[in-house]
Amino acid sequence: MPLLEVGSLTVEYHAKRGNVRAVDNATFSLEKGETLGVVGESGSGKSTLGLSLIRQIPPPGVVVGGSIRLDGKDVMNFSEGELRSLKGRKIAFIFQDPMTSLNPVKTIRAHFVELLRTHEPDLSETETLGRAKEILKVLGILPERINDYPHQFSGGMRQRIMIGLAVALNPEVVIADEPTTALDVIVQAKILDLLKDLRDAFGMALILITHDLSIVLERCDRIVVMYAGQIVEQVKSVDLQERPYHPYTQGLLRSIPNIELADQKLEAIPGSPPDLLNLPKGCRFQLRCPYAMQYCQKETPLLDVEHSHLVRCFLYGG
Amino acid sequence: MERIRHSVLGQLVPGLSSLTKRGAAGWITIIGAVLVVSIVLMTSIAPLIWPFDEMTKTGVVPQTLPPSIQFPMGTNHLGQDMLSRIFWGGSIMLQVAVLSVLICLVIGVPVGLLSSYAGGVLDRASSLVMDSIYAFPGLVLAIAIAAMLGRGVVNMALSIAVVYVPSYFRVIRSQVLTIKELTYTEAAKAAGAKRRTILFSYILPNVVPSIVVVATVNFADAILTAAGLTFVGLGVEKSIPDWGYDLTDGRALLPIGAWWVITFPGIMIVLLALGFTLMGEGLSEILNPRLEQ
Repeated sequence: MPLLEVGSLTVEYHAKRGNVRAVDNATFSLEKGETLGVVGESGSGKSTLGLSLIRQIPPPGVVVGGSIRLDGKDVMNFSEGELRSLKGRKIAFIFQDPMTSLNPVKTIRAHFVELLRTHEPDLSETETLGRAKEILKVLGILPERINDYPHQFSGGMRQRIMIGLAVALNPEVVIADEPTTALDVIVQAKILDLLKDLRDAFGMALILITHDLSIVLERCDRIVVMYAGQIVEQVKSVDLQERPYHPYTQGLLRSIPNIELADQKLEAIPGSPPDLLNLPKGCRFQLRCPYAMQYCQKETPLLDVEHSHLVRCFLYGG
Repeated sequence: MERIRHSVLGQLVPGLSSLTKRGAAGWITIIGAVLVVSIVLMTSIAPLIWPFDEMTKTGVVPQTLPPSIQFPMGTNHLGQDMLSRIFWGGSIMLQVAVLSVLICLVIGVPVGLLSSYAGGVLDRASSLVMDSIYAFPGLVLAIAIAAMLGRGVVNMALSIAVVYVPSYFRVIRSQVLTIKELTYTEAAKAAGAKRRTILFSYILPNVVPSIVVVATVNFADAILTAAGLTFVGLGVEKSIPDWGYDLTDGRALLPIGAWWVITFPGIMIVLLALGFTLMGEGLSEILNPRLEQ
């Protein structure tokens, strides 16, 4: 049984102009110790998907259907208390902006103490402090700095602290929503390495949400590509590199610079994503797709074209 | 005890030296604080060392005397020494100001925090009430309430507090609405923090700097309003010396050329209000995180 099973999850934002379906029938699973990449551009619903897994979508967002099963238990039926003990302990969330993710008036020590005490009230002061210092050591931050305030750390260090807080209670799943977008490339690589090391050390599963396909290709076992709220391709990352099937994924791959191809021409995908309030009939990518045909006006199913390589495109049958 | 002294001293001394490094805002704060502290010291020490009774009842036939060596600020129409009245008359004003700020804090902070954090109907209802109070001209409303409640320090403080609670509410509300959407609050929620924890260790501490600023500005306003209340006769009993009353008396004495009866209390009120205003302005610049870097 997979660790996390998401079935036909649908999330809508009930806005004044109409209902925006930010996540449409998302179905995927996550195995123990696996890294799953969720890729998509802004507005594709990837962050909403991440937040809905801990049932923390900002209003006016609502989960209108589907199920989220962690260890076989449906998170959708959790009471508020059960949800609180789930969050932080079983599923941890890392936010995009490290500069504002830590409470400016609290020391790093206070952050750790609050988190550990919330979930393990019996923990003594010394134990808490010991645990926190151990984690800081793993993060490559001097344990003596535990009494410092967030503003005394750099962006990369703050994100490392956020990661430390996320893994402090040894959760089963860590969801990282664009953890490196606000950081420069060198720090980015370090943070991603740290996440991978911690994943291996603690045996947790990782969901890495990003717009950067190159990050995901390198570090994820499986990849979910999202477009306009739908999963359009779901595949092992090795296979994605070799055989990208969906025209959107092909476009994304062609837009990654490759150092080995000297005179490679970078191609952009023409056009822009559709307005979620005014979606085209059938395939949502058809207006930008080089292979669009009459047939694309029909509702496209997510098809398993070969060994759990799922694609939402009529080019491969259906 | 040792620990408390350590932390208070440890924070105060670098606090003062860092104030002078804060440029104009730091100096403004220091000047304001010096003004306020010296007036507070003056009114609190005066009753201990200044023989009020003897000096106010000069023993001479009640008459208005101009400033002289014996009476540096002159006497009023009852023959009372104005310098003594200056020394004594600030205490009522300060008591009213402190009490009204306390009432404002006790009501405005919890209402502002809870209603904006909870949102929904509660927030709408309290915003409506606060905005309708805000719509009245401050002094007029304070006079109306004071007229209903009658004289006395507590009643004055209450009528001033009613006028200023909405400014606390508004500032706190706008801050809470911002902070509750910030990533660190979201992150705390995502880590399973209880509502109580989020309210008291994430939102409240981040609102405190704004509350401090509103309170200092509120002090200055409260003093002016208190002076206004006594000026129209809604202050304390007439037997108690008060700068506001001296203004009223002094106005009546202006036609006979006794400028000193109105001038000195007026200056004191201005200085006290100025002190608090400077402190408020300075603090708001220093504590505003957006201006920090």
